[in-house]
Amino acid sequence: MGKQLLMGNEAIGLGAIHAGVDVVCGYPGTPSTEILETVAKNNPGDVYVEWSTNEKAALEVGAGAAYAGRRVLVTMKQVGLNVASDPLMSLAYIGVKGGMVIAVADDPGPISSQTEQDTRHFAHFSKLPVFDPSSPEEAYEMIGDAFDYSEKYHTPVLFRPTTRVCHACASIEVKPRRTKDVPEGFVKDSKWVIFPRLSYQAHRNIEQRNPQIGEDFSGYRFNYICGSGKKGVVSGGISYAYTCEALGETPVRLMKISTPYPFPEKLALQFLEGLDEVLVVEELDPVLERELIYLCGKHHLPVTVKGKLTGDIQPAGENTVASVRGALERFLGLETSAMQPIEKPDLPIRPPVLCAGCPHRASFYAVKQAMKSRKAVFSGDIGCYTLGNAAPLGMVDTCLCMGAGVTVAQGLHRAQPDAVNFAFIGDSTFFASGITGVVNAVYNETDIVLIVLDNSTTAMTGHQPHPGTGVTMMGEVSQKISIPAVLEAIGVKSVVTVDPLDLEKAVDAVKTAAELKGVSAVIFKSPCIAVTKPAPLYHVDEEKCIGCKKCIRELGCPAIVYKGNKAYIEPSLCYGCSICSQVCPVGAIGGAQHE
Amino acid sequence: MNKNILLSGVGGQGTVLASKLLAQAAMNRGEFARTAETIGMAQRGGCVVSHVRIGDVIHSPLIPQGGADMIIGFEPAEAVRCLDFLKPGGVVVVSSKAIAPITASLSGSDYSGEEMLSFLKEGVERLLILDAEPICESCGTAKVLNVALLGAALSTGVLELSIDEMKRTITERVPERFAEMNLKALALGAASGMEE
Repeated sequence: MGKQLLMGNEAIGLGAIHAGVDVVCGYPGTPSTEILETVAKNNPGDVYVEWSTNEKAALEVGAGAAYAGRRVLVTMKQVGLNVASDPLMSLAYIGVKGGMVIAVADDPGPISSQTEQDTRHFAHFSKLPVFDPSSPEEAYEMIGDAFDYSEKYHTPVLFRPTTRVCHACASIEVKPRRTKDVPEGFVKDSKWVIFPRLSYQAHRNIEQRNPQIGEDFSGYRFNYICGSGKKGVVSGGISYAYTCEALGETPVRLMKISTPYPFPEKLALQFLEGLDEVLVVEELDPVLERELIYLCGKHHLPVTVKGKLTGDIQPAGENTVASVRGALERFLGLETSAMQPIEKPDLPIRPPVLCAGCPHRASFYAVKQAMKSRKAVFSGDIGCYTLGNAAPLGMVDTCLCMGAGVTVAQGLHRAQPDAVNFAFIGDSTFFASGITGVVNAVYNETDIVLIVLDNSTTAMTGHQPHPGTGVTMMGEVSQKISIPAVLEAIGVKSVVTVDPLDLEKAVDAVKTAAELKGVSAVIFKSPCIAVTKPAPLYHVDEEKCIGCKKCIRELGCPAIVYKGNKAYIEPSLCYGCSICSQVCPVGAIGGAQHE
Repeated sequence: MNKNILLSGVGGQGTVLASKLLAQAAMNRGEFARTAETIGMAQRGGCVVSHVRIGDVIHSPLIPQGGADMIIGFEPAEAVRCLDFLKPGGVVVVSSKAIAPITASLSGSDYSGEEMLSFLKEGVERLLILDAEPICESCGTAKVLNVALLGAALSTGVLELSIDEMKRTITERVPERFAEMNLKALALGAASGMEE
């Protein structure tokens, strides 16, 4: 098929197809999203692919298919595994029949996440094997190995790439699909029903099995030792690529670990033989480092292990070739090659912002106007709309995790009932984990104003469909689940749907909702600009503009700049949302249709 | 051939497509290529950087500091921000049009990009400034800035890839209805870059 330029996530998706995957489910989350999308796009025709409502649902759908002998891939980002941890912990005891790989993408930095949690710990905690690729081309091969190990040991396995593997591209030779056997299907057996007695036995079996897997991993093709010397370096994942790049021709004994758990102790003992000192280069938590310290203690080895715990590798954030090179030079006693940073003029600060024309800007502005001079707290959630916290809107007072806005607002109400407590939630997040929070509020008679920001897509992760969009990943049209109907069914007394781009009506709707007892909901419905065509653009009439900057000061739209004492709308960025024209005190902003 | 090219700009400017085109053009002549992209939250008007690495002995998808043969700046300040990546003697190709972030508009600072361009003129030995606005106007969209910059970058000869090779790659990779305007932008970019 020839070499293709593939992104790590594409390589994982295509590698899974090559390995004969039957069922793929997941929930979008950067940096994992493109894995599932790749399978959907390259579906050979017999793979079932779905975006599930959340990661817990995805893992359980996957478990069912794997019980029946199918090969299953489940995809999510690292914090998604927190949501899926309930089925994960039990499934580790129950095991699977068909191969099951749970791809969980970690995000050192973090670049696009709430936490810098390390899924290798989750492997240890759930006692599941984990694979940790160092490059897209290795990921392509390793995902197939992961399925094989899963079937060999009848256990789900974790597959943990990090952002710089997921979103890096490399030239990769794509291979044709393997032929598959048709599985016999689900066979009824008491082993599929978790009971305390079964759990005890399963726990015993796992404790016996995992050292065997560790032994097996000592001979695994992507775990290896090279070079020689009295000093050793250990690395895995993307840090291994940085280490190789930083070392260049420098001779040193190097061990690559692609399966951090169960740790390949036999291979590591072979590596430690005759070494004085070891530097462990890894990101997130000191997982490999602790394994080596444990091993040295267990076997009374006189080897000093250095890494994050000793301050030789930075404790948080991403490693880089430069940071790893610095650590290696200190460890090996080499002269520093670090360059002096160039002195630069003051650079403009460029944080991510809501797009020009984004309907969320209008929604936040409407709520802000409605609550002027009132005590109010605005609990936010996860999605593009988290960016509503930035100046000048300043409309996100809390953000914790998926679905937490709805429930945090309830706690705030209990602590300070004199404030109006708002909960903002997007449409995809509402389906993922918002509904139970609303049930909680209705049941416990809590006064909150629920603002659903419905832009008809999962915008932040790249516009995936969800239960409210009526489209599935199999390309079928399904019944749209109506958010107002769900809220009414739960018992929310007041449910109003408004177009946030009609500012006056939007403000009135919020004012009314804020006066009501119990849960009152306002659904701001307006599609994401990235999935709709722009409306006629707006421009500033220079004659009328008084240069008061109200549009800039209050909206913070990236399309409006101040030029020669007047506001100016950049036509390449404007989407024609019209909010600036509704804010302008002198009617100086007009659209093409107003002429 | 061993080349490292860093593309820096603002989310939405098309750095990802430009980096893919460069890598694909190199692959079409049998080279190994790696790239790394900024995807996710930062895409929303934040700083974005793409790394393109061509050649055999490359491990990391990210270019090390001081390792870039060329920086393609889609915006003056974003070129300056990444200057530590430039090799001594490396080339900077930069679009002269500034994009004022909302933080600048709010604080009332009048960022125009001029100070960044003069800093580049002083500090960079080989600098090519591209005024892409007439090109975008004649192609009818600001979206061709990325390909116009590629044209200017290739015209320096540093990347050892020809305009013709890039033309073939664009025809291959870009959807047909956009191919023509991109080919035009490539040619105009190649013709209008002037090294300082």
